[in-house]
Amino acid sequence: MRRLAPILVAMALLATVPLITSSNVVLNFLVMALLIALVGQGWNLLGGYGGQYSFGHAAFFGTGAYVTAILQMRYGINAWLGVCVGIAAGALVGAVIGALSFRSGLKGSYFALVTLAFAEVLRIIASVAPITGAGVGTLITLDLRPEAFQFQSRAPFYWIVLALVGLSLILIRMIEDSRFGAYLIAVRENEDAAQALGVNTTMVKLAAMTISAAITAAGGCFYAQYFLFIDAGIAYGPWISVEALLAPIIGGIGTVFGPLLGALVVKTLGELTKLVTGDAPGLDLVIYGGVLILVVAFAPRGIAGILADLRHRLLSPRTAVPASLERGHG
Amino acid sequence: MLSSAILVPAVLNGLMTGAVYALIALGLTLIYGVLHIINFAHGALLTAAMFAAFFAHKLFGLDPYIATIFLTPLFFLVGYGLQRFVIGPAAHGEDRNILLVTLGLAVVIENALLYAFRADTRTINLPYAFDIVEIGTAFLALPRVIAFIVVLAVALVLWLIMRWTDTGKAIRAVAKEKLGAELSGIDVAHIYAVTFGLGTACLAIAACLLIPTYYVNPHAGNAFVLVAFTVVVLGGMGSVAGALIGGLFVGVVESLSGLYLGESLGQIGIFAMFILVLLFRPSGLFGERV
Amino acid sequence: MVEPLLRVEQVSKRFGGLLALDRASFAAEGGRITALIGPNGAGKTTLFSIITGFLPPSEGRVIYDGADIAGKPPHRLARRGIARTFQIVQPFTGLTVRENIAVGAHLSRPARADALAAAGDVARAVGLGELLDRPAATLTVAGRKRLELARALAIEPRLLLLDEVLAGLNPSEIRDMVPIIGAIRDRGITIVMIEHVMQAVMSLAEHVFVLSEGRIIAAGPPQAIAGDPRVVEAYLGHGAASRMMAGATAHA
Repeated sequence: MRRLAPILVAMALLATVPLITSSNVVLNFLVMALLIALVGQGWNLLGGYGGQYSFGHAAFFGTGAYVTAILQMRYGINAWLGVCVGIAAGALVGAVIGALSFRSGLKGSYFALVTLAFAEVLRIIASVAPITGAGVGTLITLDLRPEAFQFQSRAPFYWIVLALVGLSLILIRMIEDSRFGAYLIAVRENEDAAQALGVNTTMVKLAAMTISAAITAAGGCFYAQYFLFIDAGIAYGPWISVEALLAPIIGGIGTVFGPLLGALVVKTLGELTKLVTGDAPGLDLVIYGGVLILVVAFAPRGIAGILADLRHRLLSPRTAVPASLERGHG
Repeated sequence: MLSSAILVPAVLNGLMTGAVYALIALGLTLIYGVLHIINFAHGALLTAAMFAAFFAHKLFGLDPYIATIFLTPLFFLVGYGLQRFVIGPAAHGEDRNILLVTLGLAVVIENALLYAFRADTRTINLPYAFDIVEIGTAFLALPRVIAFIVVLAVALVLWLIMRWTDTGKAIRAVAKEKLGAELSGIDVAHIYAVTFGLGTACLAIAACLLIPTYYVNPHAGNAFVLVAFTVVVLGGMGSVAGALIGGLFVGVVESLSGLYLGESLGQIGIFAMFILVLLFRPSGLFGERV
Repeated sequence: MVEPLLRVEQVSKRFGGLLALDRASFAAEGGRITALIGPNGAGKTTLFSIITGFLPPSEGRVIYDGADIAGKPPHRLARRGIARTFQIVQPFTGLTVRENIAVGAHLSRPARADALAAAGDVARAVGLGELLDRPAATLTVAGRKRLELARALAIEPRLLLLDEVLAGLNPSEIRDMVPIIGAIRDRGITIVMIEHVMQAVMSLAEHVFVLSEGRIIAAGPPQAIAGDPRVVEAYLGHGAASRMMAGATAHA
């Protein structure tokens, strides 16, 4: 419970924002940042904790978005139920891609490649399949009732996505303190050594991927309800795959708050870019790509890493240890 | 449908397209074989090269085949610089970081092109672009025949470089045994950069070969590179022969399936082949075991 | 005669055209230390990899506790009580010493707190108690070897395979490590050790097998092995044994 305290405090503080301001600009910005934080947290579980870098998380985001939208529009299913099914569908896609990839022993670059390929395949299919509206995309009819998961003002949306982010933070924290989490991190550090200690690395990776996909899919479902329009490029496009990994990397890969910190930075950068240069497409992603390279080069543990180093330097002096067993002596 | 009058030109066209795929794949497999990294920026670099070829013609009136003479060394230097001063240092030698850095480069280059030149599709008009070469019953576009010949020449030149020059031998040494090469005094960072530069030089040549008959826009490179990736995993990561044979093979398959299945299904077909090969035989037909 | 805990029967392993192991057989008796020695490249680590499930044998059987385990995956074998250390140590560098060992301790303890506590106990048993909260990356070679050992012990194995656990240690570090290994055997754990450090083999092993070029060429108690001319030849080359004998008689 102690470990959950920082999360609850942060969520409580953030929850007060709509009570302080009713500026749509601010709320919209924060909703998008929280959305990316959610999507990024999904990536963070598989990539940050598990060490498996996916370049195709759009596959789960888009599936969540499309399933939610299609169930409502074509089958008249209630929006909330649609969101639940969307999350499950995303998790299923994650399980399938994971099963195929991990059973084949794909790792590292090959795994990144195959996830990229799967996301692209889904994008192409979505851009031609009639059920998704093909090139035209899918529009969710405006129906401003809470039962339809649509709200007049932004505040309810804000609170919902905040709750989702909060849940994902709690989930990650609980995983951190569990055997599954220890096994997942061991897989990241050294798969052979992990196997020799009894870890079923394939199943651990598969479980991580499925949960990761579910979290990211939740972001997709929310997106569909918030913007009421998706097409193949939005749902399955590279932009979301990039932002999904950028946020955790900037904020601190493999940490609970990393994706949230990183998402705030990413979105702030995006807004600044728009302020300076207008809405020309592409520039924001140029900045994102540049930042990615800079972070990897100079601050690989992200903002959280920098903060942790500062804290360590300020707080813990060295304690005496047998010289022969520790580096730097003897 | 199976008449030779239709099949033969389809196969020949497939071979010519395949030759360009092979050249792009060659760059990719060279980089993998020596640096052991999958260059996620390959597509963006090809797009950049295509834009360069386009503007060489638009601004300086340079025929693409002439432009090759300037663009090839230019892109060699670009590739050299990227590996030596960006990818190498930023990655600190860790595989996971190299992955992210090449992805970052891809995003930067592709979107810079998008920002600078918008998403419009451009083409250049060359007087000889529609000239025909007759081979038996087949009428083949001249630029594509030239492309085929040039690719073979490039492959030969690369082979000669690898076999007979000191740099080529150093490259092969580093590919086989990096530590040993380093201990023998080979400057590995330099060799890595040279290899990357050779890979991007291949892209420059491929771009000049493509521009007479293809359009260019910020996403153009990706379509070709996807095929190149498929070729490389099919032929084997790090195998030059695999890249060449694989490229020709994929070109023919694409041509024949385009004949029978149509365009967009063809794209999915390539993806499907790519995924299947990755899942079931990632070492490809000729490559090192994954 | 009690059935040995581990029996390797006629195991061969081919890598393409290379025959790395040629009908190798040996046995490890329960509660004893068995040493596997031999020149570099003899196939010792390959044999360990086969026993622990990282490689399947091309031929032969591996009988553990009465059942053939050849080809079973490593994590299953770990759960059945087979632990190994790696020749090139593989610590989880991003984790502390305690967190490293806890991964092993989790095998029989689902709760995080239990695993961390058990990790502390194991660490103290091998002398790493002071370093529990240090990052594994800051340990010296000697420290890392102990960590490797501690992690393997944390899964509470019945059979422990040590792959050159003393390599890279200086004489005083070796002197510290030897009794730790003996103490593990005294707790009832069966040990098979690949070792080049002969003083350790002599003082610890109760039975020695010699592997050369994929074949078992000698077996017996340590004293007998030390004087065996075939063993000398395997290490020092053809004719070395007779040269040594000639040298010895010339000086007599």
